[in-house]
Amino acid sequence: MNRYFRRKLFIYILTFVFAVSIDWLIPRFMPGNPIQNLLSRVSVRAEAAEVMYGYLTEAFGLDQPLWKQYLNFWNALFHGDLGTSVYLFPQPVIKVIMKAVPYDVLLLVPAIMLSWITGNKFGAFAARTKKLDNTVLPIWYVLTATPYMWLGILLAWVFGVLLDVFPISGAYSYAMTPSFSLAFIWDFIKHWFLPFASLFLVQFGGWAIGMRNMIIYELEADYSHYMEALGAPRKLVRKYAFRNAMLPQITGLALQLGVIVAGALATEIVFSYPGIGYLLLQAIQYQDYFLIQGCFLFIIIGVLLANFVIDVIYVLVDPRTRKGMEGGAQ
Amino acid sequence: MKEKIKKKSKKIENSKKKNEILYFALRNNRLRVGMAILIFFIVLTFVGPMLTEYDPQENVGPGYMPPSSEYWLGTTTFGQDVFTQVMYGLKATFIVGLVGGGLGTFIGVLVGFVAGYRGGIIDEILNMLTNIVTVIPTLALLLILAAYLPYRGVLTESIFIGLTAWPWAARAIRAQTFSLRSREFVDLARMSGKKPLKIIFTEIAPNMMSYLFMTFILQFGGAILAAVTLDFIGLGPTKGISLGLIMQNAVLWNAIQLGMWWWAIPPGAVITAIVASLYIMNVGLDEVFNPKLREM
Repeated sequence: MNRYFRRKLFIYILTFVFAVSIDWLIPRFMPGNPIQNLLSRVSVRAEAAEVMYGYLTEAFGLDQPLWKQYLNFWNALFHGDLGTSVYLFPQPVIKVIMKAVPYDVLLLVPAIMLSWITGNKFGAFAARTKKLDNTVLPIWYVLTATPYMWLGILLAWVFGVLLDVFPISGAYSYAMTPSFSLAFIWDFIKHWFLPFASLFLVQFGGWAIGMRNMIIYELEADYSHYMEALGAPRKLVRKYAFRNAMLPQITGLALQLGVIVAGALATEIVFSYPGIGYLLLQAIQYQDYFLIQGCFLFIIIGVLLANFVIDVIYVLVDPRTRKGMEGGAQ
Repeated sequence: MKEKIKKKSKKIENSKKKNEILYFALRNNRLRVGMAILIFFIVLTFVGPMLTEYDPQENVGPGYMPPSSEYWLGTTTFGQDVFTQVMYGLKATFIVGLVGGGLGTFIGVLVGFVAGYRGGIIDEILNMLTNIVTVIPTLALLLILAAYLPYRGVLTESIFIGLTAWPWAARAIRAQTFSLRSREFVDLARMSGKKPLKIIFTEIAPNMMSYLFMTFILQFGGAILAAVTLDFIGLGPTKGISLGLIMQNAVLWNAIQLGMWWWAIPPGAVITAIVASLYIMNVGLDEVFNPKLREM
């Protein structure tokens, strides 16, 4: 088991190094002077441009040899120095991002977990029950084919504009100040619900389809037929099938994370929800390179952490990985 | 003589098998519905621009107009015709699907075949690469590139999507190749001195054709969805029009708050219809190729 984790950890560290290196490499190897490139696209006053030029020259450290630039880059990273935001000058990028991250976590974690659990349960329930399967399957396919932000737009229009039951902009009303009062929490939940619902629904369709297909596959397996022949109750056979079908779904979650995160970022833009996605839109529109870079690193770190958690869960759930890894041979 | 007969009987068998697949394909409702929707939109991509006399970026009339006989899907805040924009945007969607999905499938197949057939150290290295690319989201990579590429076209976008979309395909194909590798007929081919590349293409690939085709369909749909997200966040093509860009503009100019559903809703509805038709086609194909699923 230790070997398994060491291997995984090695890959994650490698991925992180790879990501940071790309982050460092691209501005330096694009044609032209990166600082000029950046400044030419930001419209600031002349004096501000001069200050920025000085700051950027120092931040990039282009006068030093390449290897030193690279080491400096890592050094700054470990000190939490991701540069200064142009869009929100002179706030440091790390501060801007840290303010946005909690909103992402509050949105993503419940949406991912709830949709995965309920989607799997419902998918298993629908498999091989002909009536349900035929009515519900097309709906799931449409759901999983829906771009996240479009479902967001649709929900915002129906529930925010037509029915006017949910607010569709921001994380809480402008008139309120964040506090632990009941009124604020209620307001917060009302703002949170629609973005959450659009993330939940799209994923739900995908998990339900995946589970349905896996259950059908497992019910065709020899062990299921054997148990049926022995006269085991249908419920028991399905229970075993469900357990086996869970494993690929866990792997599937790890594979889907990148897409889900991208979807969440787009959904935040629809609802002006102040997470990283909304920040990113501003950063791209203002060509705020340091902010873009910071968001990039945070997205990678988040996905890496989530992957690691999924790995741990996989080992806990699947006894074969534990056994196989202890023996040293797979 | 004997050889000839054998060949002939094999040919007949082959055509019989093809006929059987065609037989089930033509009678599979899911495949028929999916195919019909997809063909409708493909035709629309070519015919659509002829149905309108406007230019997608042109200001053709008053803004804020709801759908009418003159402006089929209404107009934007600036008086652009939404129907025209959607018709022209379709082209970008299919280009991204073809190029991005095609490239993703190609790399996935290549990596999967080589890793699965070769095994050993090459497998380890390719596996590691697959794992790394799996974890890094397309969006994140494009983010960094987009910040420094001043001009991006639909083709650049498709290539980036293809370059990052292949890992799941590679994994699945590797696993299948791995299980086919130790079958008797592959052993036989190896003993008869065939080269590895030839074995992959003449012995292993034909047995996975249906699977590869379905992989391409899923990659096609995935690439389209990825492109919409990128366009929406602002990492899409810098010029031209795409369905994602229409939606981005709609949201940025508060189309939802202003009740301009005709601007924000149709482009996404088109995407959903195209991708859903692909997915439903895929289920249908699965039933056609896999007799176990047919009885349902």
